[in-house]
Amino acid sequence: MAETYVEHEVSHPALQHHFENLEQQREAGTLGMWVFLVTEIMFFGGMFLAYTLYRSKYPEAFAIASNHLDIKLGAINTAVLIFSSFTMAMAVYSTQVGKRRAQIISLVLTIVLGLAFLGIKAVEYYQKYEDHLIPGSLIPGNPFNPDPHAMHLTPGVSMQHVQMFYWIYFAMTGMHALHMIIGVGLLSVLLYFSLKRRYTPEYHNPVEVIGLYWHFVDIVWIFLFPLLYLLGRHLGGHAG
Amino acid sequence: METFVPPVPSRINYINAQYGLKSWLLTKDHKRIALLYLGSISFFFFIGGLYAMAIRLELLTPQADLLQSTTYNKVFTQHGIIMVFFFLIPSIPATLGNFLVPMMIGAKDLAFPRINLLSWYIYMLGGIVTIYALLAGGVDTGWTFYTPFSTTFSNSYVVATGLGIFINGFSSILTGLNFIVTIHTMRAPGMTWFRLPLFIWAHYATSLIMILGTPVIAITILLLAFERLAHIGIFDPAVGGDPVLFQHLFWFYSHPAVYIMVLPGMGIISELIANFSRKNIFGYSFVAFSSLAIAVFGFLVWGHHLFVASQSVYAGMIFSFLSFAVAIPSAIKVFNWTATLYKGSISYDTPMLYALGFIGLFTIGGMTGLFLAALAVDVHLSDTYFVVAHFHYIMVGGTLLAYLGGLHFWWPKITGRMYPEGWGRFSALVVFIGFNLTFLPQFVLGYMGMPRRYHVYPAEFQVLHVLSTAGASILGVGLLIPLIYLMWSMRYGKVASGNPWHLPGLEWRTQSPPPTENFDYTPVVTWEAYEFAPPEEMEVVGKFRDEVAEKV
Repeated sequence: MAETYVEHEVSHPALQHHFENLEQQREAGTLGMWVFLVTEIMFFGGMFLAYTLYRSKYPEAFAIASNHLDIKLGAINTAVLIFSSFTMAMAVYSTQVGKRRAQIISLVLTIVLGLAFLGIKAVEYYQKYEDHLIPGSLIPGNPFNPDPHAMHLTPGVSMQHVQMFYWIYFAMTGMHALHMIIGVGLLSVLLYFSLKRRYTPEYHNPVEVIGLYWHFVDIVWIFLFPLLYLLGRHLGGHAG
Repeated sequence: METFVPPVPSRINYINAQYGLKSWLLTKDHKRIALLYLGSISFFFFIGGLYAMAIRLELLTPQADLLQSTTYNKVFTQHGIIMVFFFLIPSIPATLGNFLVPMMIGAKDLAFPRINLLSWYIYMLGGIVTIYALLAGGVDTGWTFYTPFSTTFSNSYVVATGLGIFINGFSSILTGLNFIVTIHTMRAPGMTWFRLPLFIWAHYATSLIMILGTPVIAITILLLAFERLAHIGIFDPAVGGDPVLFQHLFWFYSHPAVYIMVLPGMGIISELIANFSRKNIFGYSFVAFSSLAIAVFGFLVWGHHLFVASQSVYAGMIFSFLSFAVAIPSAIKVFNWTATLYKGSISYDTPMLYALGFIGLFTIGGMTGLFLAALAVDVHLSDTYFVVAHFHYIMVGGTLLAYLGGLHFWWPKITGRMYPEGWGRFSALVVFIGFNLTFLPQFVLGYMGMPRRYHVYPAEFQVLHVLSTAGASILGVGLLIPLIYLMWSMRYGKVASGNPWHLPGLEWRTQSPPPTENFDYTPVVTWEAYEFAPPEEMEVVGKFRDEVAEKV
C-alpha cells in the first residue's frame, strides 16, 4: 500500500519539521495572523463599546472634551500612519519579487514613520499632562483637574463626564500606541533578518504576516481618529 | 496462546525519545505539552477541591463554626476562580485536545509548537500570580468580580487575582488560535472536513469561542484594575460610570465560557458513544453543526445573567428567547447520542459509563437551565442554590465526567498502559452517586429559597445540607480512586497495544505511546469517520504497520 504514504520533499532550510512543504507553512502563518487580528478586534471592541455607551450618555461633555484634543497633530499622525502602511506594502511587495534594496529601504522607512507617530503622540500626551487632563489618580501628584475656562465648559456639563472621555481617550490611544511599539519592535527584527538575507521570493511569510499586523494597527487608528478627534466637533467649544 | 509482553514499550516513543527535566520544559511536542498541562491542571483541581471541601464542611451546620463570614467569602470566591479559570476552561482542550487534535487529523504537531509551549508557560505564570494573590490575603468578590464592590469596597487582593486571570486568558487564546489554524491547514491528505472525528468539530467550535470571547474578558479585567487603582470612573456611578457595563462585558465572555467548558466534553462523548456502540454516529453532520450553532448562539445569551440587574424587560425577553433557542443544538446532540445507542453493540467499559452518566446529568443541567431562562421563574430562583446546582450539573456532571471518561479512553494511547478496568467502573459509579447526592438536594434548597454565598442558614435547611456534604465526601473519594490507580497504572498497568479498543480513528492506527511525529509517514485517509471494520482490516499507518503485519 505504498500509495497511502506521502514522501517528504527535499526541504527548504526555513521549513519547520512538522509541515509538509513551504506552501502549507505559509498558509498556517497567514491564517494564524488573521485569527490573531480577530482576537485584537474583540480586545479593542470592549473599549469601543464603552465609548459608544458613554458618548451616547454624555454627548455634550464628550464634544467639549473632544474639542480640546489637538486636531492638527492628530491629522498629521493619521497621514504618517497611512503613509507607513504604504511603505509596509512596498516592503512586502519588494520581498516577494526579490528586490532586496527596496525591501530594506521600505522597512527602514516604515520604522521611521512608526517612531514619528509615537513621537507626535508623546507630544500630545505631554500637553494633556500639562493641562491636568490625565484621568483619576493615574499620575501621582497630578490628579485630573483641568481649568474649566480653558476647556470652555458650558453650564450643566459635569467635569466628571469630561474625565470619562479622557480615560477612554487614554485607554484607546494608549493601547494603540502599545501595539505600535510592539510593531516597531517586530519590524526591527524583520530588518535584522533582511540584512542577513533571510527573506527570498520563496520564503517571505514573516514579512507578509507582520505586514498584516501593521495594517491592522493602522486601521484601528483610522477608526480612533474620527471617533475621538472629529465627531461632534461642530458642537460647542472651540478647538484647543 | 499468550505471547510474551515486554515489561516496557520497546519502541522509541514520545516519552522515551528524550530524558531529563529540560527535555520536558523546553519541549515543542504537543503530546508532552499536553502532559505538562495534565499535571498542572490536576494540581489546580486539587486546590479548588480543597476549597470545595471547606465550603461543604462549613455548611454542615446552620451556624458559622468552621469559617467566619470574611473567610467564607474568600473560600467560595477562590473555589470558583481556581475551578473555572484554571481547571474547567483549559481542562479538556489543553490536555486531551492538545494531545489528540494533531493525531486525529494525521498531523505531526500543532501548527505553532512554540506558541503551544508558550501557552503553557503563560498558564503557569497566571496560576502563580493567582496563587500569590490567594496566599497574600485572598479575594472575596465572588468569581464574578461585580462592580462597584470589586472596584471600590472590597479590601481583598482584587488586582493581583485579576492580573492572574488576565495573564491566564492569553494561554486560552493561543490554544484556540493554534487549534483553528491546525484544523484548517494541517489535515492529512484525504482527511476532509466531513471525515473529521466529532471531537475535532467540537474543538473547532470551542476555539472560536476562545478567540472571540477571551479578549473581551482581558480588556474588562484590565479596565477593572485601572478603575480600582486610579479611580478613573469607568464603572463608578458616583462619577458617571455604569457598573452594569461591567456585567455586560463580563458575561459576554463568561457565558460563552460555559460552552468552552462543555463543548469539548460533548466532543469526547460523541467519540465514546460511537466507539463503544461500535456504530457510526447517528446524524454526523447534525452533531457537527450543532457544535458550531452552540458557539454562535452562546454569544447571544449573556443577558440572561442580568434579568434582575436593571436590564430592560424587552432586552430580557429577547435574551430569554435566545437562551431557550440555545437548548435546541444541545438537545440535537443528546437525541443523536441516544439514537446512536439504538441497536449498537454496547460495551460498558469505564469510559462508556462516564459517557452515559454525562448524558443523564447534562440533560438535567440543561433542562434546569431553561427554568432559569424563563424571566418570571428566574426572579424567584436567581442567586439561589438552584443556580448553583444547575451549573454544577453542567460543569461537574458534564465537563468533569466527560474529562474523566476521555482520560480513561485515551489513557492507553497517552501512557501505553491500560488502567485497571474493575477499579475504573467502580469509581465511575462512586462519582455518579456522590455527584447526584451532592447537587440534587441543592435544587430543592434553592427552590425553597436558600441563597447562594451564605454560610449561615435557617435550621430547616440543615437536612438537605447534610445530604449534600455527605455526597461531596463520596464524590471526593470517587475522584481520589482514579488519581491513585491511574498513577499506579503508569508503571504497573497492562501494556496496551496500538489499538486496544479496535477503533477506526487515526490516533489508534499508530503505536501506543505514539512516536514524536505521531506517524512514521503522513497517513492518507481513505475511510469515513467511525467506519468500523474487523480489526485485521483496519489499516495501521506507518512503519508500525509492518511490525503488526509480521505478527499476523
